[in-house]
Amino acid sequence: MTELPLMLPALPEMVLAVAAMGLLMFGVFARGNAFTACTWGASYALVIAGLLLTAGLGTRVEAFYGQFVVDDFTRYAKLLILVAAGSSLLMARRWMIAEDIQRFEFPVLMLLATVGMMLMVSANDLIALYMGLELQSLALYVMATLHRDNARATEAGLKYFVLGAVASGVMLYGASLVYGFAGTTGFAGIHAAISGDAAAPVGVVVGLVFVVCGLAFKISAAPFHMWTPDVYEGAPTPITALFAIAPKVAALALFLRVLMEPFQSLQTDWQQVLIVLSVLSMVVGAFAAIAQENIKRLMAYSSIGHMGYALVGMASGTSEGVRGVLVYLTIYLFMNAGTFAVILAMRQQDRPVEAIKDLAGLGRTQPLMALAMAIFMFSMAGIPPLAGFFAKFYVFMAAVDAGLILLAIIGVLTSVVSAFYYLRIVKVMYFDEPLEGLDPIRCNALRVIMGVSAVVVVFFFLSPALVVDSADVAAASLVAAR
Amino acid sequence: MWEIGLAHYLTVAAILFTLGVFGIFANKKNIVVIMMCIELMLLSVSINLVAFSAYLQDMVGQVFTMFILTVAAAEAGIGLAIVVVFFRNRGTIEVEDINSLKG
Repeated sequence: MTELPLMLPALPEMVLAVAAMGLLMFGVFARGNAFTACTWGASYALVIAGLLLTAGLGTRVEAFYGQFVVDDFTRYAKLLILVAAGSSLLMARRWMIAEDIQRFEFPVLMLLATVGMMLMVSANDLIALYMGLELQSLALYVMATLHRDNARATEAGLKYFVLGAVASGVMLYGASLVYGFAGTTGFAGIHAAISGDAAAPVGVVVGLVFVVCGLAFKISAAPFHMWTPDVYEGAPTPITALFAIAPKVAALALFLRVLMEPFQSLQTDWQQVLIVLSVLSMVVGAFAAIAQENIKRLMAYSSIGHMGYALVGMASGTSEGVRGVLVYLTIYLFMNAGTFAVILAMRQQDRPVEAIKDLAGLGRTQPLMALAMAIFMFSMAGIPPLAGFFAKFYVFMAAVDAGLILLAIIGVLTSVVSAFYYLRIVKVMYFDEPLEGLDPIRCNALRVIMGVSAVVVVFFFLSPALVVDSADVAAASLVAAR
Repeated sequence: MWEIGLAHYLTVAAILFTLGVFGIFANKKNIVVIMMCIELMLLSVSINLVAFSAYLQDMVGQVFTMFILTVAAAEAGIGLAIVVVFFRNRGTIEVEDINSLKG
């Protein structure tokens, strides 16, 4: 009798996948609209998966014949993904109902995308990497197009699909070259094949460059960022909130594992590529956002810039750098969730608005919401003592310790430039005359997410160790594994 | 007299892949052509993998190819669905008309 592969480490993913299929059946056969019920069901599934993540904390387990790995690094990244997915699910409910796109497929697709992201984080083999990436991407393409009567949403979905498919193809071509020249698709095998005394075969290096390009596409690092502003602007706002956080966490975690485990011995090769990506992303994020009038577009350029800062930590290629990236992603999650809660609360006469000038006078009409938004904007600009400052501090420290001083200097300079457009939003809120004023917030989920995020961002400096120490353990488990 | 070896397969795959990428960026007419180009890229990767698999005497490459074929089918399905929804809204699938979002 053949032995079954070890499957238990993938229990959180299995719970989410089964929940997605169960909710799909429920939604199809339920009388009436199952949107609200499915949303709550999906939220519970995310919570259960989050609790199951804690099983075996501190250990490293491989499952499915080495295709799938669980260690503290994956647990940390998966927790961020679950929090991001859960918060966008809760923020979306009232918005979707108000916009009359309350389709029960939305929570189902959200769960499937989450499973894909968790598989990406746990991938320990090129095949598992590809399957996770595609599961995530296919679900996200559909979610971008969810508002199917809206010309802008369908255009966003189409652009996302075409460019995402090209990125997958490029990454896959790289994977095929790596397989051919290293002789295996497993990460451990690739590491063993190329870390000998002899120089790595040229085919592996070329393949690595293709894989890096494909992954850079997924995290929207410049010069592979051109889809981001269009998709962010066109997609329904709660889905943009998801796009801005969860897929980036997943793709960055995958990126870290690919570079630090199989290709660790090629560090001198990939470091140069990452430095270029990082500098371009920071510059594009800082300068292209200045002229934007639409706040979702502005957030797209802002996220490109933030990915540039995260890549600074990755380029340093040390345990400290990995820790910096994880801390950055954690703080980025809270800043972005809060900002998107504010953007979702921007409504005039029950219609969603998304121009920056619609925020005019918010400081007088809705002081609490304006205060929260101001906190997020100051934090994104990296002004101490808010959390965004610490995020940048840890990645720049890692870069300096790794000898990439010029990269850190460019990072500081671009963050000064990007402070301009963050502070412009604060200026519009507090010093411009209100034009029409926004409707008061009616959704409790938005209030809670805004409040919690603002509290985290403001009081992070009281005990940064809480996040930094767990990120340290997670980073150590990734770096020690090699 | 001519021995067809690994290099020939890799060259064919590289040419097909390049054609696919160029087709996507040079094409100004129709989205369906873009979808065909995406398919071309995935199939060139499959040629690569199968050639390597035969060369290395290792089945993993062929297993990978089966996964790629499956995912490519799902991807084409979703892509065509998105094109149909886009056509319903805009009445066209010309590449030049995909321009309502910019800045």
